[in-house]
Amino acid sequence: MSRWTDVRTEHVIGGLLRAGVMASTALVLVGAVVTLVKHGGDPAAFQVFRGEPPALRGIAGIVREALVFSGPGIIQLGLLVLIATPVARVAFSIFAFAAERDRTYVVITAVVLAVLCFSLFSAGL
Amino acid sequence: MTILTMSLLIWAGSLVAGFIGSLTGLGGGVVIVPLLALVFHVDLKYAIGASLLSVIGTSSGAAAAYVRDGLSNIRIGMFLEIATTLGAIAGAAIATHVATGAVAVVFGIVLLVAAATSFRHPDLPHASGPPDRIAAALGLHGTFPDLHGDVQYTAQRVPAGFGIMAIAGGLSGLLGIGSGALKVIAMDDVMRLPFKVSSTTSNFMIGVTAAASAGVYLARGYLDPVLAAPVVLGILPGALLGARLLPRVHSRVLRIVFAAVIAVLAAEMLYQGATGRL
Repeated sequence: MSRWTDVRTEHVIGGLLRAGVMASTALVLVGAVVTLVKHGGDPAAFQVFRGEPPALRGIAGIVREALVFSGPGIIQLGLLVLIATPVARVAFSIFAFAAERDRTYVVITAVVLAVLCFSLFSAGL
Repeated sequence: MTILTMSLLIWAGSLVAGFIGSLTGLGGGVVIVPLLALVFHVDLKYAIGASLLSVIGTSSGAAAAYVRDGLSNIRIGMFLEIATTLGAIAGAAIATHVATGAVAVVFGIVLLVAAATSFRHPDLPHASGPPDRIAAALGLHGTFPDLHGDVQYTAQRVPAGFGIMAIAGGLSGLLGIGSGALKVIAMDDVMRLPFKVSSTTSNFMIGVTAAASAGVYLARGYLDPVLAAPVVLGILPGALLGARLLPRVHSRVLRIVFAAVIAVLAAEMLYQGATGRL
């Protein structure tokens, strides 16, 4: 019984990871094309660190930028999806361990998720 | 140089970096950061941010395949992720407070070690020592299919492995790399897990570890979308191609050539970091 749930969990996790990577790649690609069409001729300036504008540093700002179809905004949304993919995997694992009635691992996984959320939300919103 | 030209060049370079990284098992991050910093003169902070994102991508992509093979141990991975994620946040926080040159020097040292360890023999016997109490309590054991049927294994020396994982997480957050080599060493040499289990579990942990530090980098404005786009879009297909070819390529010569290239990059990072050019 437990073996069966393990296999099923692995299937869902595999699908989740693949979907996340594909969605993220698609967004980054669209954003890159939009950026290059609008700003491809501008001089590149990665040599000097200036830091991203505040709008591209937090989740709410990134979503707003992407909704107005700004190229960098769409790319950044894709990168957010990329970052969220392993986080979603951890979140799903909590349910999977709960379904197996493995309390120890529900707690361990919840700790990992808490650390990830602390990182993403502490300064991210 | 215009953004268009630069993006196309970086995309091509990332494709090669992803390919080499996956073929050598070093990971794309170890190759892409020096490439961006030394060849394209990208600021090291942006380079590390972009690399970290590509590391999440390749880890998730590869884990999707490995998880279903039943080789990676989800419980061992999850338990050790407590160490790697905490280490990653600490590493990312340190990165935002120390001079870029210092980060470059640490990167150079890690690169040299990675080049040296890429020659390690992967088939250490996983000696079954006395059962570790923590491993028993947390169920850090499993079986994996072998030619002669299922092989059982139990993690040894869990506290030491956990400690090394925290360091691996710290380096990942500080340098924007997956720290896959160090993770495998912690699981192989210290915890005595079979190589197939440790390498696939490590891969599966890398994405979660990198996601922990990516949050810090995002908030500090280190993740530049215009730079990250060609890097992510290049490394992913490059790494997939490398993984495809891996079973067919067993040339020791190839590994020596790559290790030499890595060593040269390492020396350059050390030199430029120490002289304050990065």
